[in-house]
Amino acid sequence: MSEQPVDYHLMWADLGLDLAAHDALLGAVGQLYNGTFLSQQNRPAGMGYLDFVMSEVHGLRIKELNDFRATGGKVVGTFCLYVPEEIIRAAGAWSVGLCAGAEFGYDKVEQIMPRNTCALIKSFMGFKLTSVCPYIESADLVIGETTCDGKKKAYELLGELHNVWVMELPQMKRDVDQAAWKAEIRELVAKMEELTGNAIGAESLAAAIKEVNGKRRALQRIAAARAADPAPISGKDSLLATQVAFYDDVPRFTQSMNTLADELDARVAAGEGVSAKGAKRILITGTPMALPNWKLHDIVEKAGAVVVGEEMCTGSRYYEDLVAEDGTTLDEMIDAVAKRYLGINCACFTPNSDRLADIVRLAKDLNADGVINCSLQFCGLYEMECKTVENAVRAAGLPALSITTDYSGEDAGQLSTRIEAFLEML
Amino acid sequence: MRVLGLDIGSRSVDAVWVADGRIADWAVADSGYDPRAAAAAFVERGAHDVLVSTGYGRHAARERFGGRVVTEITAYGVGASALFPHAATVLDIGGQDTKVIALGADGKVVNFEMNDKCAAGTGKFLEVMARALGYSLEEMGEAALRGEGGLAISSMCTVFAESEVVGLVHRGEDRARIARGLHDSIAARTLAMLTRVGARGPLVFAGGVAKNPAMVSAVRAGFAGGVEVPDEAQIVGAYGAALGALRG
Repeated sequence: MSEQPVDYHLMWADLGLDLAAHDALLGAVGQLYNGTFLSQQNRPAGMGYLDFVMSEVHGLRIKELNDFRATGGKVVGTFCLYVPEEIIRAAGAWSVGLCAGAEFGYDKVEQIMPRNTCALIKSFMGFKLTSVCPYIESADLVIGETTCDGKKKAYELLGELHNVWVMELPQMKRDVDQAAWKAEIRELVAKMEELTGNAIGAESLAAAIKEVNGKRRALQRIAAARAADPAPISGKDSLLATQVAFYDDVPRFTQSMNTLADELDARVAAGEGVSAKGAKRILITGTPMALPNWKLHDIVEKAGAVVVGEEMCTGSRYYEDLVAEDGTTLDEMIDAVAKRYLGINCACFTPNSDRLADIVRLAKDLNADGVINCSLQFCGLYEMECKTVENAVRAAGLPALSITTDYSGEDAGQLSTRIEAFLEML
Repeated sequence: MRVLGLDIGSRSVDAVWVADGRIADWAVADSGYDPRAAAAAFVERGAHDVLVSTGYGRHAARERFGGRVVTEITAYGVGASALFPHAATVLDIGGQDTKVIALGADGKVVNFEMNDKCAAGTGKFLEVMARALGYSLEEMGEAALRGEGGLAISSMCTVFAESEVVGLVHRGEDRARIARGLHDSIAARTLAMLTRVGARGPLVFAGGVAKNPAMVSAVRAGFAGGVEVPDEAQIVGAYGAALGALRG
C-alpha cells in the first residue's frame, strides 16, 4: 500500500485500453463508490481491505495478473458462477470475473445486438467493444456458459473478438443431466490442460477444491453474522465482498474475509451494528449484481432498512454450497465438482422449486421482514419466475415486492417510492 | 396541532391543512417548472405546526423545509381510508404514474403496484392526447363521454399512441370516438393492474385523473365492485400525509 498513487496508464495502454474512455469510467466508478460506500456509518474496520482492493481494482490487481502472465501463468475470464473455479486453479491458472455491471458503450452494442437485451449482456459487450475492461484484455481465455439464450448468442459475437470457450450447462437436474455436466467438466479439464500445459491430477484438484472451499467458508461466516439484530455489516458491504470474491487473489481474499468475519462475530457478541436495532430487514433475491451495480442495496439502505442477505449469484448461490472434500481419485473429485455446481438453483433450470425453498429458508434464517425480488429487464428467466417467487414468499407469511430494473439511474425516483412504500408497509 | 400535508407531484403541488383531524383548508398549484417555489408558497403561509411531504418531490421538500416524509402510496392509503372507511383498494392516477394499493381491514397498505418508468396511461398521457386532438383536457373528457363506439387505440406508449391518434385524425375519424377509445384503453390497462393486486371493492379512485368523468365512467364500467370518487380527488395524498402525522 504505497502512499503515492501509482500511474498505471502505460500498463493500460499495453493492454490496448482506450485510455480516455477508461479514465472516464474509472472516474465515474470512483465517485459512485465514494457516495455509496464511504458515506456509511459504523462500517467494520475490515472493510478497509475491500476499499483498498476497489481503489486498485483496475490497477494493482491487473498488475498482479500481468506479472503472473509474464511468468507463463494463464488468466481465465468468466461471467457466471457455473464455471468451476476449482478446475481452472487446478491447472495452475487464475480465474477472474469480467466487468458486466455498468451501462457503458451501449451505442456500439446496439449496432450488433437488439436493444431489448438484458443489461448484463449489453454491459459486457459494451466493455469489450469500447476497450475499457482490463480484465478481459488480460484474459487468455474467456469461458462462457449456456445459461440463457441471450448469453449463448452473445458469446458467438464475443468469440469474433476474443478467445472464447463455451460450456454447455444442462437445464434440468436428472441423472442424465448430471452425467452430461460431468462430461462437460471433463472437457473443461482437457481445455485447461491444453491452455496451461499443466496436467490436472488428484493432488492439484484436491488443493484447488480446498482453497476455493476456504473462500466460500469465509463468505458463509459473513453471511451467518448478518442474521443478528442489529446487523453487524451493511448489505452493500456484504454484496461488495461477494463481488470482489470473483476477482481477487484467493488466499489473500480468504484471509481478509476471515479477519472481517472475526470482527463481525465480535460485533454481534457486543450487540454492535451498522443500523439501529430493529431496523427493517430485507432479503434480496433475483438476477446477479455485477460490479459496480449497487443501485438497489443503496436505495434500500439509504431509506433506513438493512439488507441481510442476497439469494443471487453475487450472494448465497456463490458461497452456500461447498465441493465435497472426501474424494480420493480425480474422477471422484470431478464428480464432486459437478454435483456442487449443478446443485446451484438458477432460474435457467426447470423445474426450479428448490430456489423457492432457498429463498424462504434464507428469509427465516436471516430474520428478514420482507423480500425484494429484483430482475434485470429483459431477463426472461428471472422475470418469468417473479410471480412464483412472490407467491412462495407470501405463502411463508412475508411481504414481497418485485422490481424490474436495469443499470440506468433514470428510474431511481420511482424505485425509491416503491421501496420506501414497501418499508412503510412492513 | 395544525398539520400541513404537501403532495409535490409532477403536475401539481397539493396542500391540505388539517386541524383537529379535519381539513381546515386546502389549495392546489401547478408544479410548472418550479415545484419548489409552489411548495414554498404554501409552507410560508406559516399556518402549520408540523409539515409532512409526500409525492415525487418529498425528499427535496424535506431538505428545504424540514419536517417528515411519507411515500404517496402510504399517504393515498391513509387518505382514502379516512374518507371511505370501508375502502378495500385505492386507484391513484396522477401526472406521471399509476398506483394500485390494496388495503387491509385496518386501512393499512398490504400490497401495491406501480407502473415502471414510463408514463403510459397517466395524466401526462391524456394531456398529450388532448393536444393531438385539439381539445383541452376537460373538453376531451366530455367528448369521450359523448363518443359512441370508441375507436381502438392499441398502444399505451405516449409517443406511439400519439402517432396512432394523428393517423386516425388524418383518416377523418370522429374526434369524440377517438377520445372515447383512448379512455377505454387506459381503463383496460388500469383494470389489468387492479386484477394483479387482487383488487376488491369498494375502490377509491383518486388522483388528478379521477377528476375526468370519462375515466371514472370507464373504470366504473369495468370494475366489479363499487367505485367511490372523492369530491376533491387530487388532494387525497396531501390529506393522507397530514393525517399520518397525527396518527404517529
